[in-house]
Amino acid sequence: MPKKQRKGPEKNSKLVSYLTHHLQMLIASLGYLSRQPVSTFMTSAVIAIALALPAGLYIALDNASQLSADWDGTTLISLFLKDDVNIKTVEKLAARLGQSKEIEKVSIINRDQGLKQFQKISGFGDAIELLDENPLPHVITVQPVVDQQSPDKVVHLVKTLQNEKLVELAQLDMLWVKRLYTLLDVAQRGVWIIGSLLALAVLLIIGNTIRLDIQNRREVIEVSKLIGASDAFIRRPFLYTGMWYGISGGLIAWLLIAVSLGIMDEPVQKLAALYHSSYELSGLNSNDIATLIAISCILGLGGSWLAVGRHLSEIEPS
Amino acid sequence: MIRFDNISKRYPGGFEALSRVSFHLPRGKLAYLTGHSGAGKSTLLKLIALIERPSRGQIILDGVNLNNIRNKRIPQIRRNIGIIFQNHHLLYDRPVFDNVAMPLVIQGYRHRETRKRVRAALDQVGLLNKEKVDPITLSGGEQQRVGIARAIVHKPALLLADEPTGNLDPELSREIMELFARFNLFGTTVLIASHDLDLIKQMKFPTISLNKGMIESNDLLVPGSLGQAV
Repeated sequence: MPKKQRKGPEKNSKLVSYLTHHLQMLIASLGYLSRQPVSTFMTSAVIAIALALPAGLYIALDNASQLSADWDGTTLISLFLKDDVNIKTVEKLAARLGQSKEIEKVSIINRDQGLKQFQKISGFGDAIELLDENPLPHVITVQPVVDQQSPDKVVHLVKTLQNEKLVELAQLDMLWVKRLYTLLDVAQRGVWIIGSLLALAVLLIIGNTIRLDIQNRREVIEVSKLIGASDAFIRRPFLYTGMWYGISGGLIAWLLIAVSLGIMDEPVQKLAALYHSSYELSGLNSNDIATLIAISCILGLGGSWLAVGRHLSEIEPS
Repeated sequence: MIRFDNISKRYPGGFEALSRVSFHLPRGKLAYLTGHSGAGKSTLLKLIALIERPSRGQIILDGVNLNNIRNKRIPQIRRNIGIIFQNHHLLYDRPVFDNVAMPLVIQGYRHRETRKRVRAALDQVGLLNKEKVDPITLSGGEQQRVGIARAIVHKPALLLADEPTGNLDPELSREIMELFARFNLFGTTVLIASHDLDLIKQMKFPTISLNKGMIESNDLLVPGSLGQAV
């Protein structure tokens, strides 16, 4: 039986040929870059350094704020009680406060104990001995349950405690934590500024690299235009090239950060050991890595888009 | 197929490359465009391919007024034209096959169809065995024929050639011109700019000759003006 030959359409549908060309250019641009490995590596490395700097600072900040979170456990509220309160009442109050959900731990500093401590550490020992009676009140120290998300809760607790009948003064010993947080806030802004500037630098580096690519492939662009290639068609390989520069820059940046953290890890642990702590540097988690690569990819596309927009229209067949 | 109505082209700086040129090339015809270098032949072809725009007058290509074509639609118009240059405009970073396949790739032809058509085009110019060769290794005549294969591979209705035999010896030139005559036999409209007057005389096709941007003699008069179109 003679086989009937079915003749398919000559051209792919618009969508299919569009997607096919995208896929082809995705791979072709990678091939183009891999054929000139040295210059590709150098461009990617410059991008990587520009990306690794803010990303590394970000990690350093992240570690610093984790460190300060560890120290939040030592936040204390001191309740200075009224003068005429006797120690029995104090113990009752302490027991009551200890049951509160917002309070982790309660301890009493007896006024006599307090005086002894003060004599010891203040250096006014002799002067204090001259006093007729102990000027210090009983003190209850309260360690609140610290909720990272809402530091205001502690402040609220302080207010509540202040309203207790027996309490003369409730004082939150948290100023240094606030200072640290504020400092970190300032540093964070700094990282943002540096990050934005370096992102701009990446954009320009990629833009300039693509501009040179466009000039190098002038002949191809001219011929393509002459035989009816649309602007989008001509643009595509350059956009993908920019994207690959971005992605490879991001990957190398990741490597740089990982290596840097590896180098820092040992001395940091030694330092932590001196503070009797077992602190470990936290590196990039998968989320951070994805963000880093995504940002670098977007910067790559953006940079090449800028270059292509400016320079492709300059090349017309003549 | 191509109709020029009072076309003038003035370049920035005031040089008038064409002035008041009118002619009509009917569908399926082959015609020559002659004149000294600088007479405006290249400019005329560039106007058809929308590489340049006229300063005055209108060009009707295949029923479409080119004055109304926005830049965005230029690629569409060019896909229906095959253009051949004196200096080939081949890409030396890819083999002959890929050079010839470019118009088909741009238009989204299927892979199998592309292979078939590229082979057919190369066969027509007698270079079927060279498809994997780098164009730089080919002789001038062969490179020109690769350029021709690229211009005809997508079967355009119109073929424009700018000095296609400019660098070739008489023997090769004649072969190339006969190639164009053969495409014309299959219905393609062809317009060839050339200053090779001897060869043109032998080929016996209608001719427009330009001198300093003006028509000197014209076998392709616009119907309804002074005479009959050929």
